[in-house]
Amino acid sequence: MATGIKDKVAIIGMGCTRFGERWESYAEDLAAEAFVECLEDAGIEKKEIQAAYIGTHIDEINVGKAAVPLGVALKLPYIPVTRTENYCATATEAFRAACYSVAAGVYDIVLALGVEKLKDTGYGGLPASVGMGVQQFMMSANMTAPGMFAQLATAYSAKWGISMDKIKDAMAHVSAKSHANGALNPKAHLRKAVTEEQIKAAPMIAYPLGLFDCCGVSDGAACAIITTPDIAKDLKKNQNIVNVKALAVSVSSGEEAIGNSWDGAHFVTTRIAATKAYEEAGIKDPREELSMCEVHDCFSITEMVTMEDLHISPKGGAYEDIMGGFYDLNGQIPCQVDGGLKCFGHPIGASGLRMMYAMYEQLLERVPEDRKVKNRRLGLTHNLGGMPHQNVAAIAILGID
Amino acid sequence: MVGICSYGGYIPRYRLNRTAVYQAVGWMNPGNIANAKGEKAVANFDEDSITMAVAAGLEALAGMDRSMVEGIYFASTTMPYKERLNAGIVSTALGLNDHIRAADFSGSLKAGTSALLSALDGVEAKRLHNIVVAASECRLGKPASPQELIFGDAAAALVVGDHDVIAAFKGSYSITYDFADHYRGQSAKYDRQWEDRWIRDFGFDQFIPEVVSGLLNKFNLEIQDFTKVIYDCHYPAARKKLNKTLGIAAEADQSNFQAEIGQSGTAQSLVMLVNALEEAKAGDKLLVISFGSGCDALYFEVTEHITNKAKTRGISEYLVNKAELDNYTKYLIWRNILPGDAGLRSEEDVWTRWSALWRSRKTVLGLWGTKCKQCGTAQIPPQTVCVNAECGAIGDMEDYRFSDKTGHIASFTGDMLAASLNPPAIYGQIEFEGGGKMMFDLTDCNLDELATGMAVSMSFRRKYYDEKRDISGYFWKAVPMKEVA
Repeated sequence: MATGIKDKVAIIGMGCTRFGERWESYAEDLAAEAFVECLEDAGIEKKEIQAAYIGTHIDEINVGKAAVPLGVALKLPYIPVTRTENYCATATEAFRAACYSVAAGVYDIVLALGVEKLKDTGYGGLPASVGMGVQQFMMSANMTAPGMFAQLATAYSAKWGISMDKIKDAMAHVSAKSHANGALNPKAHLRKAVTEEQIKAAPMIAYPLGLFDCCGVSDGAACAIITTPDIAKDLKKNQNIVNVKALAVSVSSGEEAIGNSWDGAHFVTTRIAATKAYEEAGIKDPREELSMCEVHDCFSITEMVTMEDLHISPKGGAYEDIMGGFYDLNGQIPCQVDGGLKCFGHPIGASGLRMMYAMYEQLLERVPEDRKVKNRRLGLTHNLGGMPHQNVAAIAILGID
Repeated sequence: MVGICSYGGYIPRYRLNRTAVYQAVGWMNPGNIANAKGEKAVANFDEDSITMAVAAGLEALAGMDRSMVEGIYFASTTMPYKERLNAGIVSTALGLNDHIRAADFSGSLKAGTSALLSALDGVEAKRLHNIVVAASECRLGKPASPQELIFGDAAAALVVGDHDVIAAFKGSYSITYDFADHYRGQSAKYDRQWEDRWIRDFGFDQFIPEVVSGLLNKFNLEIQDFTKVIYDCHYPAARKKLNKTLGIAAEADQSNFQAEIGQSGTAQSLVMLVNALEEAKAGDKLLVISFGSGCDALYFEVTEHITNKAKTRGISEYLVNKAELDNYTKYLIWRNILPGDAGLRSEEDVWTRWSALWRSRKTVLGLWGTKCKQCGTAQIPPQTVCVNAECGAIGDMEDYRFSDKTGHIASFTGDMLAASLNPPAIYGQIEFEGGGKMMFDLTDCNLDELATGMAVSMSFRRKYYDEKRDISGYFWKAVPMKEVA
C-alpha cells in the first residue's frame, strides 16, 4: 500500500539566481550560480551528490536536449543525470523525481535543478510554436500563451455572470499585489510597484489581458538538494528543517480540449492535484491550515481562478477574497510572497523550484522583516504547465514541524 | 435533361472603396478617375481562389448528397499551386468522394465557362452524373493601375447533373482567338493589359456580337427570346453600345456588379449567372457569355424545379452582408504587395510536412472528426481512444463531418502578441451542436462584435503562407453567423 511522500524527504539546501533579462549569462552560467548557493546552504561537497534531475523546457534556444549539457556545465562526476520536461511543471518534476528516488532508498543525497534561458529569441513573449507537434501545427489556432489564458476570463465571466469590469478590477489587484511584493525582493525580475489604475490603463496584449496582467519572461535557475530526514537532522543539528509534505501532479485527459463537459473557466487538473496534495499532507481545510502559497500566476486571471481551484476561495468567489486582501502579504494566506511569476519572473524550467525557494526561505525565516509572512508553517507551490484546455498541474507542499 | 441543378456564390466580406484607392495612388495615373467609382470586393488576408471556391462550393452543395458527386472542375487564373491539383484541395475540403474526376481549368478568363461546358458535356455523354464546377478569382492589379480598381475577388459554383435540373442546357457556341488583351507570364504577379481602346472598341465590340449571332443562328433564336443576357464586359460605354446593337433590353441586361464587386475573371460570368438564377422563373431563357481569348456562349432554359431550389445566399445576400475595408495599405499588406513587418515572431519557419498532411488530409482539409461507435460522442481531431471517460472505447470510431455543423463560442480572445496580418489574432473555443469542441481561429469579424454563446459556421481558410517555399497551408476557421435583414 502506497503511503505517499509526507515527511519521507527533507530539503537541506536551496539556491536561486537573480531572475531577469540576464543578457550576460547562458543557461549553463545560471545553473552554476544557483548550484553554488545551494551547495553552500546544504553544507556538503559536490561529490556527495549521488544523482541529479535537471529540468529545462525550451531546449531549442537554451542548452539543447538531454541532461548532458548541464551535467557537463556543473562537472557532475559521472553520476546519473536525467532531464525532466513537463511544460511549466518542469522544475517541480525534477524535484519530484529527486524526492522519490531518495524516498525509494536508492540514493541518500540528490540534486534537483531547473533552469531556463528564454531571452535569446529576439522578441517578447515565449518562443513561437516550438515543440507544438506536427499534428497540432496543422490544426491549431494562431495562438500565444496570453491569448489562451485570456479566454479563462471570457469563459469565467459567462460562467459566473461576473462583469468583465469586475474581473479586471480583481486582476489589477492581483498584479498590483505581486508588484508590491516583487519590489521588496532583490532577486526579482520586475521591481517596481504599480497602481491598479496603471495596470488597467496598460496596452492590451490579449483581450482582456493587458501588459501588467502578464508575467515576466525571464532567465534564471533554481535548485534544491534533497536527502532523508535522518541525514538532514545530522547535517543541520538544532535547526529547523523543511520537509516535503505532499507532491501531486495531474495531467489533462483530453476532456477539457475535445470533450463536452469543461466550462473553460477553471483548471480541472489543479482541482484534482490540490485534493490529492491535501490528502497526502493531511490537510483538511486548506483555507485555515495553509500559511502561504506561490501559485502559477503566468497571467493575473490564472491566479484568480487558481485560488478557487486550490479549494481556498469558494467557486465563483475569488473576487471577494482578492479585493478583500486575503492574498496580500499581510492577508490571511499571502500569495506570491516573492513577487510570483508576475514579478520575480518566469524562466519556465526553473519556476517550480523558485517557488519552493520562496517557501523555503520563509519557513526558515531567512527573509527581512518587510517580507516576512506571519505564522509560517505550511507553504504550497503550484505550477500549471501548458494551456487551460490541455495542461499539467503540479503541487508541492513544504513545511516545518 | 442535362443542366444546372444547384448554384452557390461567394463574395468576400471586405469591400474597398475605389475612391479611397484613387485618393492614395491616383496622383500617379490621374486618368484612373474614370474607374474610381463604387467598391471592389477583396479577399480577406486568409483567403485565396481555393478558399473562395470552397465557400461557393459549400453553398451550391448545401442540402445535397455529396456522395453523388462524380467530378469537380475548378477554374481560375489565380490558382495558388502551379503543380499540385488545386481542384483536389477543393474536393477534399468539400468532402467529396476520393473516386471522382477532378481537373483545373485555367489560362483564359473564359476558363469558367470552359469548365462548365466540359461538365455539361460529361453529363450529357452519361460518363458522369453530377459534377461541381467552381470558378474563383483573386487577380492583382499593380498599385495605381486601372486593373487595381477594376478587378474584384469573387467565386461561383454550380452543380451540373441530369436530375432535378433547374436550368436545362440547350446548347452553346464558342469562338477562340489569341487576342491578348490581358496576359501574365510564368512568374508575373500582376495583370498586364494592352490599350483599353483596342480591347473595348475592337475586342468586346467584335467578339461579343460574333458569338451571340453564332449562337442565335445555330438555334434559330432572337436576342429578345432571352429573359437575361449575362455577358462579361466591364467597360460601361462598350456595354451601352453592345446592348443597343444587339437589342438587349435594359431589364434583360444582367448586372455585372462592377460597382459592387468588380471584374472577377473566370468567375465573372458565373457570378452573374448565379444572381440571374436567384431571380429566375420557369421558362426563362438565359444566355451566358464569357470573354477571354475568345468567348463561350451558353444557352439555358429554366425549369419548374427552380421553385424547389432551397434558398441559398446566392450573390444577393453577399451584396448586403459586407464590411468596408477602410484602409488601402491594409489591402496592400494582405496581398503581399507592400511588405509589412509582422515582427520576428512571424519569421519562424512554417514547414508543410506532406506525409503528415496526407495522413490528416480529411481533418485538415475537410474538417472531419470521429464519432465513437459505442457511445456516439463526436470528437475532433479524430481520436483512437474515446474521450468520453465513461466509455473509453479504443479504435471503434467512424468518420464524422464537422464542416457543416453550427458551433458556439465558449471562450474567445483577441491576441496582439500572435503574429498576424490582421491583428489582433482572434480565436476561441468552439463547441459544436451535436457535440465536439476545438480551439479555432475566428475570421471575418471584429473583436468587439463577439460574445460567448454566439453561433458560428466553419469556413475553409489559408492558415499560413510559407514565404520560403511560396505555398500556402489551409485549415478551417470559425465565422460568426450574421442575421441578414
